[in-house]
Amino acid sequence: MSATAPEPTVVQTTPALELRDLEVSYRVRGIWRTVLRGVTLSIARNEAYGLVGESGCGKSTAAFAALRYLPRNGRVMNGSIHVDGEDLLSMSEDEVRQLRMSKVSMVYQNPTAALNPSIRIGDQVAEVYALAGDSDDRAHERAQEMLSKVQISDPVSVMRRYPHQLSGGMNQRVVIAMALATNPSLLILDEPTTGLDATVEGEVLDLIKTLRGEFETSLLFITHNLGVISKMCERMGVLYAGRLVEEGPVAEVFDRPSHPYTIGLVRCIPRGGVRKDKETLDTIPGFLPQLGAELPACVFTDRCGLAEEICRQQEPPFHRVTDGHCSRCHFYERAHTLPRATGAPPVPRESPREAPVLEAHGVRKTFHQEGHAIQALADVEFALKEGETLGLVGESGSGKTTLARLLIGLSAPDEGSIVELDGAQLAGSVNKRKRDQVRALQIVFQNPDSALNRRFSIHRILGRALTMLTGEHGEKREERLRQLAHSVRFDVRLIGARPAQLSGGLKQRVAIARAFAGEPRIVVCDEPTSALDVSVQAAILNLLVELQAQKKVAYLFISHDLGVVRYLSDRIAVLYLGRLMELGAAESVFDPPQHPYTEALGSAVPTAEGTERTRIRLVGEIPSAASPPSGCVFHTRCPRYIGDICKTEEPELREVEPGHFWRCHYSAEQLRELQKTPPPGRGV
Amino acid sequence: MTRFIAKRLGLGLITLWLLSVLVFFGTQILPGDVARRILGPFATQSAVNALNHQLGTDKSVFVQYWDWISGIFHGNLGTSVATRTSVSSIVFPALWHSAKLAILAFIIVVPLGILGGVLAALNEGRFRDRFISVGGLSATTVPEFVWAVALILVFALWLGLLPSTATAPPGSGFFSQVEYLVLPALCLVFVLFGYIARMARAGTIESLDADYTRTAVIKGLPYRTVVRRHVLRNSLLPTIAVVATQAGYLIGGLVAIELVFNYQGIGQVLYRAATQKDFPVLQSAVLIVGVVYLVATLLADLAYSLLNPRLRFESAA
Repeated sequence: MSATAPEPTVVQTTPALELRDLEVSYRVRGIWRTVLRGVTLSIARNEAYGLVGESGCGKSTAAFAALRYLPRNGRVMNGSIHVDGEDLLSMSEDEVRQLRMSKVSMVYQNPTAALNPSIRIGDQVAEVYALAGDSDDRAHERAQEMLSKVQISDPVSVMRRYPHQLSGGMNQRVVIAMALATNPSLLILDEPTTGLDATVEGEVLDLIKTLRGEFETSLLFITHNLGVISKMCERMGVLYAGRLVEEGPVAEVFDRPSHPYTIGLVRCIPRGGVRKDKETLDTIPGFLPQLGAELPACVFTDRCGLAEEICRQQEPPFHRVTDGHCSRCHFYERAHTLPRATGAPPVPRESPREAPVLEAHGVRKTFHQEGHAIQALADVEFALKEGETLGLVGESGSGKTTLARLLIGLSAPDEGSIVELDGAQLAGSVNKRKRDQVRALQIVFQNPDSALNRRFSIHRILGRALTMLTGEHGEKREERLRQLAHSVRFDVRLIGARPAQLSGGLKQRVAIARAFAGEPRIVVCDEPTSALDVSVQAAILNLLVELQAQKKVAYLFISHDLGVVRYLSDRIAVLYLGRLMELGAAESVFDPPQHPYTEALGSAVPTAEGTERTRIRLVGEIPSAASPPSGCVFHTRCPRYIGDICKTEEPELREVEPGHFWRCHYSAEQLRELQKTPPPGRGV
Repeated sequence: MTRFIAKRLGLGLITLWLLSVLVFFGTQILPGDVARRILGPFATQSAVNALNHQLGTDKSVFVQYWDWISGIFHGNLGTSVATRTSVSSIVFPALWHSAKLAILAFIIVVPLGILGGVLAALNEGRFRDRFISVGGLSATTVPEFVWAVALILVFALWLGLLPSTATAPPGSGFFSQVEYLVLPALCLVFVLFGYIARMARAGTIESLDADYTRTAVIKGLPYRTVVRRHVLRNSLLPTIAVVATQAGYLIGGLVAIELVFNYQGIGQVLYRAATQKDFPVLQSAVLIVGVVYLVATLLADLAYSLLNPRLRFESAA
């Protein structure tokens, strides 16, 4: 570290948070492993600072360090942490407690787990005020006020409830209420919307934005989602392997990313309606280094397309790109010339053949629970042609996964539903299907950890799949197994490993290979990339596209990430409360979205371009399928609600243009006209 | 909630019925007829026949089973073959004795076990944790009659502090009864402490690692409040359920302790009925122990679902 870099930011007043050369290590099996390698950053008052990076790069460690809440085996080895000018590391336990009570709070992922399951919401929020010295009654009063501030519509009844009785989005509002209760000067948000539905995510982000203005709180916003950062923050830092590699104003960093890692991150996200036939997604080669691994001077060298000898020898200083925008790369000026990691050209779009492989007509599924009939799917219709991708979107509870399970025969549809493979009705249960049919219809699950038997080696997992689906044995099977591993780019040398020894991306490759073992005609992909980091996601998406081009397989692709769905899909189906709301070619469904529900879904997603669209707020939460609203099931939340006709009459799924169906009383022209103006706010 | 209770009661009745069939036909499998076993090999055949007739054991097994079961429903558990007194007059006083011992043991071991477990969890990996965990587990592995002998040797014979039998002289007051029961109860405490402490420790550790505990700490609550309000409330739920199921064992399964301390509990009654081939007593006593087990588990489940808001509201919805 010979070159002394200019300070990343100039802050006039005492910053809300200041980390200086922070070095944190975890002791694992007796050895100290470095997680943060000298992180320096500072967040000014009222500033929102975004910290991005893939899992394992130290984002959360930085957040917990700022609260001095490290796990038992974690220790600050070097550097300093100042919150509001106070030195956190020299404080006594009790002073730290006081600081947490008054000056810094945190909101993190999985809000339902963050609340105590056996204490009423009201008591949990009131506790903060009681701690600050309020009487019990006064504390409850203030808790209720705070709940209304986070836009909980019925705070009185929510006060009396338990966390499990509320949805994830509601619980996150409660956690936010609790965090802001003492009007802290710093609020740390660690992936606060990961795992929430796009519509709910949009609402929670809006809420944070509003409250931030009201409470004048600084934010440290940690997320892997670049879109969220661009919506929420003014400045951002990119963390890689425990080191801050780039920092600057958000717009600057997105416009002119000047570190190869940032460039890789930006390139591997499907954005702005990019489609598989136009552009292959870029990936970041290699893997994130293991915790505490020996790294070259520039931590990114091993994965960098621009790396030269100097990168191994000399740590790059923080080079100033523009005012306040710095990059820790020797070649920051030509970082944008970073070669693409994936050379394969995009696959030109072929018009799919006409005869559908799979057809579904009037598919219904009713669950019976404690005497209630819950209709999870109602009259779903679609056809899937050879080699095409049908994207399936909708909020959680819309029936996406139910449909997936039903197609592959894990649960049977109601009597009278027609699901035909090549014109032959499929049995409801996979056990009653012919082997050819089972081979033809396979699935890739969201979580490869639970989908792969952890006691079996990869060789055994794939071998069994081959034997079960194709009936092959011996040398012939071995040959096929090698081909299969090769086709999903799985290194054959790792074939003896067990799932636990592989990374998430590799495990998902195995899961895909398993699905492709029997040369399937259709593969159902149920959120196959949502548990993966963005760079890994890009590689998996590329793989799926490539396999489709080679094998003419059709995908039913389920995802809550609209960017991913648009990238991959030829046609898109939109599901709401088990009903198909819209079905049509990807560009006619989303460019621009017209159906009111699709419009609302689309507008909820923050984009990395930072172009803010008019947000269309959906009122309330998705209603329970046990008692769906009358008429059009979407009428309770519809931003384009017409009037009584929506309450009394369920619209038919009708063809508004060739191949484009939807369920709405409005016609396409009417909606196009209406969408020139944002929808009126509507109470229910 | 009523649905849940009704369901559990129904299942309980089925279990009891199966138990009655098992114990009844199990005793019938033993070779030879009942009167011959009672009167011995030298009795005349006519005396044997007469006794069989008197006992009803000359009827078919199904009729005998029916007589027994229908008797129970009328509150008549039958007559003891060995003492010719009614089974109820033997079984119920013994049951009450057993209950007294069990209650005393419970009152001592539950708070101790929970306290030990929580202390161990809060000091996870340190000396206190090791001491409680290893000590508790070692105490559990020693059979209860070994503890009984050891305690009698130390406290009754060597120190002379406590009586070596458990049965207080007739007419003793409450405190002297307790005094007599302390040693057998202590044996049970040794046996159960490790078990309860282990459960409480596991639950507390899980709860300490939970996200909601992190929330509580980050709120700035003092450590004591975090533990008391946020950790214990969740960690002790499974412990309570497990502890309550032990009630069945404490009441029905203490043959060895009752023998060592010469205590007239249900365990002794079972043991004596078995050795004396007193089947009416044996059958009814087993059935009653079964009832105790079932009631204990049912209460445990109820307590668990009442304390756990997640279950309470799901069934109410």
